[in-house]
Amino acid sequence: MNNVESTSFMMARDCWRPSRKAMWRRLCNNCATGASVAAGSVLLLVLVSILWTLLRRGLEGLSWATLTHTMGPPGSGGGLANAIIGSLIQTGLALLMAAPVGLMCGIYLSEYGRKGNYFASGVRFVADVLMSAPSILIGLFIYQLLVVPMGHFSGFAGALALAVLALPLIVRTTEDMLRLVPTAMREAGAALGAARWRVIIFLCLRSARKGVLTGILLALARMGGETAPLLFTSLGNQTMSTAMNRPMASLPIAIYQYAGASYEDWVQLAWTGALLVTFGVLLINITVRLSSRH
Amino acid sequence: MRMTPVTRSSHHRVGFDTIFHGLLWVCAVLVLASLGGLILLMATGGWQAFTAFGLDFFTRTSWNPVKDIYGVLAPLLGTVVSTIIAMLIAVPMAFGTAFWLVYIASSRFASIVGTTIQLLAAVPSIIFGMWGFQTIVPFIARDVQPFLNHHFRHTPILGPILSGPPVGTGLVTAGIILAMMIAPFITAVMVDVFGAVPPMLRESAYGLGATRWEMMRKIVVPWSRNGMIGAIVLGMGRALGETMAVTFIIGNVTSVGWSLFAPRSTVASLIALQFPESPAGSLRLSSLMALGFILMVLSCVSLVLARLLRGKRS
Repeated sequence: MNNVESTSFMMARDCWRPSRKAMWRRLCNNCATGASVAAGSVLLLVLVSILWTLLRRGLEGLSWATLTHTMGPPGSGGGLANAIIGSLIQTGLALLMAAPVGLMCGIYLSEYGRKGNYFASGVRFVADVLMSAPSILIGLFIYQLLVVPMGHFSGFAGALALAVLALPLIVRTTEDMLRLVPTAMREAGAALGAARWRVIIFLCLRSARKGVLTGILLALARMGGETAPLLFTSLGNQTMSTAMNRPMASLPIAIYQYAGASYEDWVQLAWTGALLVTFGVLLINITVRLSSRH
Repeated sequence: MRMTPVTRSSHHRVGFDTIFHGLLWVCAVLVLASLGGLILLMATGGWQAFTAFGLDFFTRTSWNPVKDIYGVLAPLLGTVVSTIIAMLIAVPMAFGTAFWLVYIASSRFASIVGTTIQLLAAVPSIIFGMWGFQTIVPFIARDVQPFLNHHFRHTPILGPILSGPPVGTGLVTAGIILAMMIAPFITAVMVDVFGAVPPMLRESAYGLGATRWEMMRKIVVPWSRNGMIGAIVLGMGRALGETMAVTFIIGNVTSVGWSLFAPRSTVASLIALQFPESPAGSLRLSSLMALGFILMVLSCVSLVLARLLRGKRS
């Protein structure tokens, strides 16, 4: 009995039939491969589904009137013009505040904050904490800092909240990009007698400008879609307003207010706004990623 | 005579270098100050609630604006449970996707798919909320919940957990949406971590006759365990503080119970929703600030954990 079995086993091995163990291993491998491809496909499918939903619900409301009329009461044919303008103003101002500070802090970390500088490693850690801090808390922070003392919501507070949100992103990408600049470049500049600030700005920053710009643009895309920090700072506004010390409308807030409304045309505006925001944000991302690949 | 201009100009340069250095330093201090200010203002804002309620603040389940009594147990549990559900879904998905991108797909295909998946991470969170409300909530309400209610209603332990009013909003729905939001993020870090495994190790595994999955399980996973845990904890930090998407799909009821399919609320969604009705200086607003402080502490702890686990390789 035993003998017969062992001969059959020998024969099986002689003619290269895979053993049970090998079959099992192959099965495991195939299952794992299949499962991981499926996992990735689900993520891709989610993206496709989101874009499809946005196009299906948002496209029908996209018209010239939507882009040029200001928000209004239900049934009055209101648009999103003030929200679009408000979003542009606030993100633009936020970028103007965050980009220089973030850039300079990134330069500090990369050029003056190498090994052994505890202050710099502290700043680096704080930037990481700030980057992972929930965005709604940044809204609460600016509310306490600006809105409560001033006594009213304002577009400037919204821009500042967005700037705080973007700051750590810009800091970390700037630092990472400057670190890629070879030390030999700095030494060459110093050897030619250039001052350190000159070396940093005209050599390091210039050769890293593409990566730095990528970071700033990605921060811009991130700010453009943020709702939570604006809820408590710029509040939203139904009328066209460009005054920085008054409540200001923005696209994400308009979407938030309209999405839960019970009026058909407001819900439609919410979807159209969602379409605009998403495609704006994704467009920046795609452009940046495509151009940084070459 | 001839030396003078040189020294003067170098003097001038040293002067400007110092100013430049000082300017950069000030900007670095600004970053420190913004986090310091955030934590400080959150703590002082929440002080009123902390002193008024003491430890009861953490154990009370009711959030009652009428009686002006607030307890944070319900939103805290909501945050923790929805995050756990999100992690249970997102981690295997991210692991599988990273495995696919790094070791299975061809490098050109992987770079296209990887970029596309990263676009998912760039979609604003409010859009996830609307999409979830449009697609996932009806699916859960129409297909999943009737099935679960029918089959598990009388099962001893699973019954109360899996059954609930068929409205579609709730912890599981929020967990699914959160998982879709953080999975691309965890995937990106895992791709980096897997890519850092020395090729020599992988090739030796193949040389010994290992299948791809065995190589993954016995070489790559042990080698990159810390990095993977770091990625997971970072993703967790994101899920904890996510606001807008959750606000759309959690149902926003401050209650505590066993059901995973009943409407609940999370810390962040409660802050977003209650804020407009909380006048400045009220105990209600202070309670929200205290919630914010707790959320900040959770987020900090998860980041420090991720740092410690990830080591110095990042």
